[in-house]
Amino acid sequence: MNPVPKSHPTAAIARRVSSGRYSGWRLFLEGLTGQRGWSRAWAKAAPRSRYRVVIVGGGGHGLATAFYLATEYGITDVAVLEKGPIGLGNVGRNTTTIRSNYFHPDNIRFYEYSLKLWEGLERKLNFNAMVSQRGVLNVFHTDAQRDLFTRRANTMRLLGVDAEPLSREAVKQRVPLVDLDNGRYPVLGGFLQPRGGTVRHDAVAWGYARAASEAGADIVEHCEVTGIRRDGARVTGVETTRGPIAADTVCLAVAGHSSRLAAMAGLALPIESHVLQAFVSEGIKPVLDVVLTYGAGHFYVSQSDKGGLVFGGAIDGYNTYGQRGTLPMAEEVAAAAMTLLPGLARLKVLRQWGGVMDMSMDGSPIISRTPLEGLIVNGGWCYGGFKAIPAGGLTTAHLIARQAPHPLAAHLDLERFAAGRTIDERGAGPFPYAH
Amino acid sequence: MLRIPCPWCGERDETEFRYRGDASQSRPAAEAGLAAFNAYVYERQNPCGWHLEWWLHVGGCRKLLKVVRHTLSHEIHSVGGPEDPLSLPQGLTR
Repeated sequence: MNPVPKSHPTAAIARRVSSGRYSGWRLFLEGLTGQRGWSRAWAKAAPRSRYRVVIVGGGGHGLATAFYLATEYGITDVAVLEKGPIGLGNVGRNTTTIRSNYFHPDNIRFYEYSLKLWEGLERKLNFNAMVSQRGVLNVFHTDAQRDLFTRRANTMRLLGVDAEPLSREAVKQRVPLVDLDNGRYPVLGGFLQPRGGTVRHDAVAWGYARAASEAGADIVEHCEVTGIRRDGARVTGVETTRGPIAADTVCLAVAGHSSRLAAMAGLALPIESHVLQAFVSEGIKPVLDVVLTYGAGHFYVSQSDKGGLVFGGAIDGYNTYGQRGTLPMAEEVAAAAMTLLPGLARLKVLRQWGGVMDMSMDGSPIISRTPLEGLIVNGGWCYGGFKAIPAGGLTTAHLIARQAPHPLAAHLDLERFAAGRTIDERGAGPFPYAH
Repeated sequence: MLRIPCPWCGERDETEFRYRGDASQSRPAAEAGLAAFNAYVYERQNPCGWHLEWWLHVGGCRKLLKVVRHTLSHEIHSVGGPEDPLSLPQGLTR
């Protein structure tokens, strides 16, 4: 490839276009000028000794909180501290599904708000996150399950959210791979949320990081928080591997490790850490244009743009901080896949990985103040962290800036447990391993 | 795959067992008040390290076991019955 000389007339245009914004024009012009006009997407900040807000955790929720603090609430004196590079935690380990087909009205409203933010996210961030609203289809296998899904669909529709019941035949038409009359759990029908879908998860971390950095927040990588400073019942900052940092507000956005960080401040949370596995198969031609969820076990699958089938199951089921899954659950997921989609039997699994998650006591997230003044917790995301990133970030930013909960996240407070207002989506009781 | 040495049946695969959560919680006195009961029902230490926990040997002797297991390495340190006073090893927790 011949580098284009600096005096090339398009170079001047390219420099004008490259004000930092990404666009088709810029891509075209950079193509003509040797791709030399691109700069780093976000600044690698060194930590200062004090900030108004310190967010611990450079995952989806931490970065989104910093972005909304700057753009919606005008607070730019913010640092996001991440112990490694950003995007390597749960934001890059999930199965990329977005949806709002919940059971409890409060949860539907919250996740629907998130889905609406996903719909406008790429324009807002000026970053291609490959938001693909291909639909989320849950299939059911018993009459009772049909009744439950019908109730869920009705609740959603009453709240203005899209939900469609599908007949057996419609399920087959939509996903020809499904074995309707499989020997174990014949499929009786389905429940579709057409606006659900997938998003490229790495792009979410990078897009929020770039936009937050541009808006003025410091994104500090390789800065592990080792302690939380307290003055009585008030949190005054954090100790880190890069020195102490003072802050008016410290926000924990470290789902998976919330308990460990809270313990540094002397708090015990209603959370256990569990590992959730995900898998991806070798790439094949397009066979699945919807996110498909099995009703007789925990199994969900979608096809990535590279052609690999991305799928996951339930948590392994006992407390762990190990970012790796074990074989019994891998076997269970494979068995569910074979029951629902036997045509995939000869497909090879290319990769398998695990992410450590906050499993809360009622299966719902926590966006809350704590008994310590100046300490905010965003955690307890269970299976729902990725899809909640935009709404989680925005409502956490609201809580930090206004010092009062956002109306859509007010039910996610920590006091709900003692007050008997738990939001138990599955009715499983205070047993995190059962959610 | 965990291999849990059941004191009654010997070492078995984890698939024979059901996890039943943190075994370090003990029920407060009836008059202990809301905060104590809230802590008992909901709050957990959730350590990254040694953890005292319940496992039910549902596919074997059906007895409830108390197990000391490491939540990062998954190493099992000791197993006993519900009455056994198992203690957590020192020095290896993070």
